[in-house]
Amino acid sequence: MKFDVIHIAKLANLPLTEKEVTTFEEQLSGILEYVTELQTVDVSDVGETAQVTGLTNRSRSDRVEDSLSQEEVTSQTSCTYNGLFKVKAIFA
Amino acid sequence: MDFTRLTIAQVRKKLDRKEISSVELTKAYLERIGKLDRKLNAYITVTEKEALHTAKKADEKIAQGDASPLLGIPFSAKDMYLTKGIRTTAGSKVLENYIPQYSATVLEKMEHAGAVLVGKNNQDAWAHGASGEHSDFGPTKNPWNLAYIPGGSSSGPAVSVAADLASFAIATDTGGSIRQPASLCGITGLKPTYGRVSRYGVVAMASSFDTMGHFTRSVEDSALILSVTAGYDEHDATSSEKPVPHYASELKKNIKGLKIGMPKEYFTSGLDSNVSKTVKTAMHKLEELGAEIIPISLPHTQYGVGVYYILQTAEVSSNLARYDGIRYGNNRETFGDEAKRRIMLGTFVLAHGYYDAYYKRAMKIRTLIRQDFDIAFRKVDAIACPVSPTPAWKIGEKVSDPLAMYLADIFTVTANIAGIPGLAIPAGFAMGMPVGMQLLGPQFSEDILFRIGHQYQLTTDWHTRKPDLPV
Repeated sequence: MKFDVIHIAKLANLPLTEKEVTTFEEQLSGILEYVTELQTVDVSDVGETAQVTGLTNRSRSDRVEDSLSQEEVTSQTSCTYNGLFKVKAIFA
Repeated sequence: MDFTRLTIAQVRKKLDRKEISSVELTKAYLERIGKLDRKLNAYITVTEKEALHTAKKADEKIAQGDASPLLGIPFSAKDMYLTKGIRTTAGSKVLENYIPQYSATVLEKMEHAGAVLVGKNNQDAWAHGASGEHSDFGPTKNPWNLAYIPGGSSSGPAVSVAADLASFAIATDTGGSIRQPASLCGITGLKPTYGRVSRYGVVAMASSFDTMGHFTRSVEDSALILSVTAGYDEHDATSSEKPVPHYASELKKNIKGLKIGMPKEYFTSGLDSNVSKTVKTAMHKLEELGAEIIPISLPHTQYGVGVYYILQTAEVSSNLARYDGIRYGNNRETFGDEAKRRIMLGTFVLAHGYYDAYYKRAMKIRTLIRQDFDIAFRKVDAIACPVSPTPAWKIGEKVSDPLAMYLADIFTVTANIAGIPGLAIPAGFAMGMPVGMQLLGPQFSEDILFRIGHQYQLTTDWHTRKPDLPV
């Protein structure tokens, strides 16, 4: 099966060059071919594993704690406005 | 005397008897890093100033009679671990200028124990890789032969311990990233049970597989580190509340009568004959020490890599979606090739129309692989097998063939799929390069693995061999 790099890259919000599209298409198609081996395994009546140590939902007590200051939280970006994160317009 | 070569247990005595101070020991490691790391490239950031400050404080405590096991011991951390105020890159240009606002739980535990962080280690970017070549900060070299890869993704932490650039190193293992480089560099590497050690504050790769382990010069040291890092953390909902055993006393017990399984699927034609011979010799040694070697079968082993590269990439695509360059880090154009491949593969297997055939099916085969181990552990206490199908390979050999690189994980991914612990220990050499043996056990059986490994190291000296590095 051919891997549709352009469609998937758009879904994943990954900007790619034309050269990358060609290379990735070949490499990812090869990997998909390898994993087709899994289609031969009989999985009827087998449940799915999402968590390995058998944990179920866990909750913590709902209490107010000290957290990072606004200054700390915004310290790692150059895009701030009045102490808030500045993002591109969503509905442009 | 060169104190940088000693195990933690050995150097502890020297520190407590005041034969050396933590400041002197820290300076000795910093000096070696200064001389050797231009060739090895095991470090991304060296924290000289902070290290000397911590070492000085440790010396003051030692003078007051404090003999805590890690007090004043210099160590390094894979650059996946967030360190407050110290740059943390995950080996990627996306985070090249990121200074964390808080520290990982494991790092806080280290700080509390008085251990001295000398630097942040190089690694495959985002922990994606089996060779160390996918780092955006250049490849790390194997100290046994600089033309060879050290393994990955914890390339820098492994080399840091193997080349005596730190006393121990903490790292992450999602599909073999500690055990494989430990094997290829001739040191001891532990991947704990999923949930045994908190994942809080560590850059997430694949959250249902990620485990926090470490590299050491001996199994005894490995047990010592786990006794500090293990335990429940309210910041990690998947961390375990199970009590932490007293590993130091467990490893002193002999292994007479222990049943150790030898899985036939791990000794097939894909395994290098020298590696096979080395591991079988090591297993024979375990037999001499009183263990019983029992042939077993783990029939779904061959599907491990396929399952792993579907589920892991799905989780990677989700975890790496947060890197949008808005709150911190650079934008998504700065991801390297391997991260882009995994993000796309993961996005694909989760996409509408492919989810059932790929993701859901792989989750079911994950159950079958877990059941293989459950059945085996009804018959045996532990399993012994190879870590890597080959010794270290030459730099560049597999870098343009992602599938060949993925297949290097064939004997290590199964432990992450099943959430069980794995311990890699040096077992010999093939063509001049180190070869490790892997010990696997049921979930939360680290004490048994330490016991087998320690008894093996009491009667062998592979773990004491050092590469010949010009200083």
